Amino acid sequence: MLDATAVLATPRATRPSTQPSTARNTRASKYVMRIVGLGYLTVLVGIPVGLIFWRTFEHGVSPVIDALTDPSVLHAFRVTAIVAFWAVLLNTVFGVGVAILLVRHRFPGRRLLSVLIDLPIAVSPVVVGLALILVYGRFAPVGGWLENHGIRVIFAYPGMVLATMFVSLPLVVREVAPVLEEIGTEQEQAAWTLGANGVQTFRRVTLPAIRWALAYGVVLTLARSLGEYGAVAVVSGRLIDKTQTATLVVEERFQNFDQTTAYAVSVTLAIVAILILVLINVLRPKEHS
Amino acid sequence: MRPPQSAHRARSRSGAALAALVSLIALTACSSASAEPATNLSLVAYSTPQAAYEKIITAFNATSQGKNVTFTKSFGASGDQSRAVVSGLEADYVGFSLEPDVTRLVKGGLVAADWNKDKYAGNVTDSVVVLVVRNGNPKKITGWADLTKPGVEVITANPFTSGGARWNVMAAYGQVIKGGGTEAEGVAYLKALFKNVPVQDDSARKSLQTFTSGKGDVLLAYENEAIFAQQNGQAIEYIVPDSTILIENPVAVTSSTKHPQQAKAFLDFVRTPQAQKIFAENGYRPVIDGVDSPFDFPTPTGLFNISDLGGWTDVTKKFFDPKAGIMAEVETGIGVSVG
Amino acid sequence: MADAPATLRSPLYARRGGLGRLNTGTAFGVGLATLWLSLLVLIPLGAVVWRGQKNGFASFLVAATTPEAAAAIRLTVASALLVALVNAALGTLIAWVLVRDDFRGKRVVDALIDLPFALPTIVAGLVLLTLYGVNSPVGLELAYTRAGVVVALLFVTLPFVVRTVQPVLLEMDVEMEQAAASLGAGRLTTFRRIVLPNLLPAISAGTALAFARAISEFGSTVLISGNLPFKTQVASVHIFGQIETDNTVGAAAVATVLLVVALFVLIGLDLLQRWAARHA
Repeated sequence: MLDATAVLATPRATRPSTQPSTARNTRASKYVMRIVGLGYLTVLVGIPVGLIFWRTFEHGVSPVIDALTDPSVLHAFRVTAIVAFWAVLLNTVFGVGVAILLVRHRFPGRRLLSVLIDLPIAVSPVVVGLALILVYGRFAPVGGWLENHGIRVIFAYPGMVLATMFVSLPLVVREVAPVLEEIGTEQEQAAWTLGANGVQTFRRVTLPAIRWALAYGVVLTLARSLGEYGAVAVVSGRLIDKTQTATLVVEERFQNFDQTTAYAVSVTLAIVAILILVLINVLRPKEHS
Repeated sequence: MRPPQSAHRARSRSGAALAALVSLIALTACSSASAEPATNLSLVAYSTPQAAYEKIITAFNATSQGKNVTFTKSFGASGDQSRAVVSGLEADYVGFSLEPDVTRLVKGGLVAADWNKDKYAGNVTDSVVVLVVRNGNPKKITGWADLTKPGVEVITANPFTSGGARWNVMAAYGQVIKGGGTEAEGVAYLKALFKNVPVQDDSARKSLQTFTSGKGDVLLAYENEAIFAQQNGQAIEYIVPDSTILIENPVAVTSSTKHPQQAKAFLDFVRTPQAQKIFAENGYRPVIDGVDSPFDFPTPTGLFNISDLGGWTDVTKKFFDPKAGIMAEVETGIGVSVG
Repeated sequence: MADAPATLRSPLYARRGGLGRLNTGTAFGVGLATLWLSLLVLIPLGAVVWRGQKNGFASFLVAATTPEAAAAIRLTVASALLVALVNAALGTLIAWVLVRDDFRGKRVVDALIDLPFALPTIVAGLVLLTLYGVNSPVGLELAYTRAGVVVALLFVTLPFVVRTVQPVLLEMDVEMEQAAASLGAGRLTTFRRIVLPNLLPAISAGTALAFARAISEFGSTVLISGNLPFKTQVASVHIFGQIETDNTVGAAAVATVLLVVALFVLIGLDLLQRWAARHA
């Protein structure tokens, strides 16, 4: 019976060396996997995205620049940036906290909480908008109370941040939690016994260990926040130069047969997400192959 | 275990990058202070007259009444916009594609009940339902009868999600009645028509784009939509059928407006010859006489309007009730026969 | 965690309550998380469910089981399950290739993975429609069919499994696999016995997300599916239609059904994870 512990317990010198045929099989299966993976990606993502880029620059770069420097478009980018920033920040804080809670602690209702975290992604954007309006709308219970105290949620920034947070809620949690499980508690326990308190342990031991998972979680959340359309469309009110996000501009321009601007804005959103990811990849130390 | 040195370097690099990103976001988030204008009117309308309204606002600002008025504009699907206003979206002036979207506001206490008692019946523009075909009319469509022929693909939006599609349905039904047919014959026509519909987009504009991207042989659309597509270089023609419905687009000032005077001034302005000319240049039929237009707006011999069919309140209940309406029956009928 | 060092039994550790036991810190954390979740998710969703049963449970059942609603729900759930399974397999494979393999342009490929996320769903839908619609440049006319719905869903759910498995693979110690290989285990055995148990939490987390996203997707499917009732109309479009006809109660009813289905699948995946952990 192949038991990992037994394998590791065998002194390295006495382990039989890899057979040449095994090495050949390993190489063959590696190539097969590479081809299948890359093939799937090319067909599913590569070609469509290539088409988008081609369509964007079909008529040259200057129409794209003109499109992107239109004041309404620039304002929309700003709205998207603000909403995405807050959604990412709040979801990251929440995500790391909940991941630690779910993995490192035991409490009644733990598994229920875990399932409920994933639920928001299963909610259609139309329903998200409806749900938020039912509670935070001007004429709704919570929303009405907030309105009386000068805080407008729906058809203003807070509502858009809520909607964006809603649709990207589990992303950071689901990146960080599996890694927290994988690395185990050894180092944290060691830190505890050495006298570190909770915050120190988190900052010096936990955080560095989860930072790449956290980074991926942040990138996913950011990408989702940039690309979110349906739920934000309902709660934004589509106020031009006020609450119109970049994705709403994309829809508007498409509808008015201004494909260049629509594609240009979409490509910009995609490139921002790629740049952040590239940044993370550059910063990540090369893994040992 | 990575050596501490490179980990420290990686940490400070990522720290610097994070700081740069945060300050960039903060910079974009800082809004520049601007002098507050005298009055701000909130215009909430459906999406197709956006280009027209942009020009009309500019024209309004050139008048004495509109001098110090700025506009917050919102354009979207008519039903969505109407529902947004009911849910609390601030609006001083609203313009929708069909009357029920204003009725919803009346029911919500946001528009006065006498909004359409003026001499224009509350409307600002008209249009008609037309049959849009590809340049050259390859399938030789001449009228409503051709739409139910086998092998003809008809594109229309889903009438349960699109106000525009409701005009299409009532035009298709009404032309049977206007031609002397019975109600049963009208419903039979609708059933035959929808058997030929391969795609039901959720909005009229999307169905236009489905058609221009190559799907279907004939599209049911507003005349102004067809004109808009042509203005944007799409290779289409449109046929004004002999019998079709008059599309009437309502506008209103809300009762919740904080600037009733300026809002009413704008409402009056949109029906002046100057504004109506701008609408006409965008493909809409004016509601006043004597407006010059670059387009030929032929008057169909068999033109009818929604009141001939009972008015929107009755029609909505009879045709578009999701459970018992005639269109619900038609949609179910397609499903049962196909899959 | 099986062989805890002797220090864990020291009085100092015991006084701190130990890792994992319910103490004030944990309770505070749970309370905060629950509050956040309630304000953001539970109360709004509860309001929807409440609206769904406004006219009584019988009316709720009727609205949720109309032929059109039932067809839409069936199509949506079946497509989502298929897409989740494909993602579980291929997503893991792609994550493996990205972490363990090395080739020119790997970093470019890595960057591509998140693109479906960052693109507005309408753009995704439009591009897929261009590729697989009428006048398809690749000769595949999948638009306005159920296959088109599946392709759109595969596109928007791509990053989920890949990105949840990648960090775990990065952390995984390759020594165990190498040792197993040197002891004569084939790659499949190594994968099954050593790698998969470690990856299963991540795979199931990613698959759960992919499924959840697939049943709620609107923007891309609404363009490529054609929205024919009973044929290609997905549940979210049906719900949209109900809202547009001011039938909020009906919309809420169908939305509630979808929520229940999602809960079932999520709980199922959670149980699978627990079973796998026990039998690792």
